[in-house]
Amino acid sequence: MVELKANKIGFRYGGTKKWILKNLSISLKDNQVKGLIGESGGGKSTLCKILAGYEGNFEGELKIDKLNTNDSKFNQVQLIFQHPERTMNPKWKMKQSLDESWEVSDDILEKFGIKKSWLNRWPNELSGGELQRFSIIRALNPKTKFLIADEITTMLDAVTQVQIWKLLLSMAKERKIGILVVSHDKELVNEICDEVVYLDDINHDIKYNL
Amino acid sequence: MSKNRNNSDDDIIEVPKTLLNVSNISISFFQYTQGLRKTVLNVVEDLDLDVHEGEIVAILGSSGSGKSLLAHAILGILPGNSLLKGEMIYDGKILDQKLKEELRGDEISLIPQSVDSLDPLMKVGGQVIGDIEDEKEREEKRKEMIKIFKNYDLREDVIDLYPFQLSGGMARRVLFSTSMINDPKLIIADEPTPGLDEKSLEETLNYLKIMANEGKGVILITHDIQAAVKVSDKIAIFYSGYVIEINETKNFSGNGDKLLHPYTRALYKALPQNGFQLFEGTQPMNIDIQDKCIYYDRCSQSVEKCGHSNPDLVEVDDGIKIRCHVVRKI
Repeated sequence: MVELKANKIGFRYGGTKKWILKNLSISLKDNQVKGLIGESGGGKSTLCKILAGYEGNFEGELKIDKLNTNDSKFNQVQLIFQHPERTMNPKWKMKQSLDESWEVSDDILEKFGIKKSWLNRWPNELSGGELQRFSIIRALNPKTKFLIADEITTMLDAVTQVQIWKLLLSMAKERKIGILVVSHDKELVNEICDEVVYLDDINHDIKYNL
Repeated sequence: MSKNRNNSDDDIIEVPKTLLNVSNISISFFQYTQGLRKTVLNVVEDLDLDVHEGEIVAILGSSGSGKSLLAHAILGILPGNSLLKGEMIYDGKILDQKLKEELRGDEISLIPQSVDSLDPLMKVGGQVIGDIEDEKEREEKRKEMIKIFKNYDLREDVIDLYPFQLSGGMARRVLFSTSMINDPKLIIADEPTPGLDEKSLEETLNYLKIMANEGKGVILITHDIQAAVKVSDKIAIFYSGYVIEINETKNFSGNGDKLLHPYTRALYKALPQNGFQLFEGTQPMNIDIQDKCIYYDRCSQSVEKCGHSNPDLVEVDDGIKIRCHVVRKI
């Protein structure tokens, strides 16, 4: 079993005194779907960036147990964002965006409801739900061990939300990928997660003053 | 309010006034593809909708389904390469481009989707009041603004702040105040709750309720079925540019068996608290649809007729409408 561990994480923006995260510990196993609930502006997205290695300027320790990290070219903790349209290169057709990560089989494309003709489209020619399917597949490289899903279905209608989660969960189980489901939708998180944590509870050194 | 309508003969029947009546609206775009070849892209088709005073009508559709264009059509701010067909009647008058320009920002106002709509270089007060030259009038508006700010839990000193000094919640409340400054009769809220946590969502929806209680008509455009169910009186479901069902919000309850269209039921049952049920397929782009029901490829109840004609939206009960060959009554 592989485990992603963040110990006593502290974070504040450069030049400011106010801590956003302090003394926060969280872990994620590779066979686990864990929910993280918190208020807007509470630091959820910042924590996601730290866990996925996008934000290096933090206190504390981030490590992955028992994982061979010799492969420096690929980040085994993949982050999926709320707005897929902001994560696709507008100058690339969809095929190129996918190919950058891995060679996706037709079988998987079909499973995710992606029509082959979409591969030749530009990002602005697809809807949010269609684009989000691409950004999820892109993150499902065979080397991926953990997914950090930051509000990935918030902008989608309820039917599409179910489609995406059911697929993602079955694929994660098959490949032993751990998922951190970050959302403020308690109903959703309770439905799909094995375990739920509240940001307030693990970030207890910070008292919110919004 | 339509909810409190009393049909007993002894009482005075108070029918709320229809504010806006939209019938047969279609919106299409001209595009140039491959050099000078001109194509027409139909985005909204055959749209019917009524909004009464004191009523919140939710328009529910997934992103990219064209629901925001309806708001733009009512306000007369569609882009130049678009074509609007059909008829809109506002308060008994035909709503043409001239009247739209007269009314927008005045009797008809918009609450925009994002707090980015605030001018970053202008103090809040100036943005809410707008550009008024007459000093006396401006002073009156200022008093009005302070009154409105109180309703939306904003302190008076917010007037002299710049948008970057506001929290997300305050900025949203400033947008609401801006839309209320000229005492509008019809308010269009375009996706006012994107990605809000529970507390902020409740707060925002509550503001819409207050507006309706003051007798204003509210159109809530959203993709969030839970938000729509919480606050509206009536919900219109958008699918691939068509309204497929208009139903009373109270029918979005229990196991959803009072909902009519198969897609509406799918939407309701896909909610985590209603079973998280899976329904396959995606919404077709309007351009892909020819002569068949827009839901034909995903429908489990379809009959032969559905494969070669798209049904009309028909009224099956007072204000309840459905676009389906199979389901024709409640």
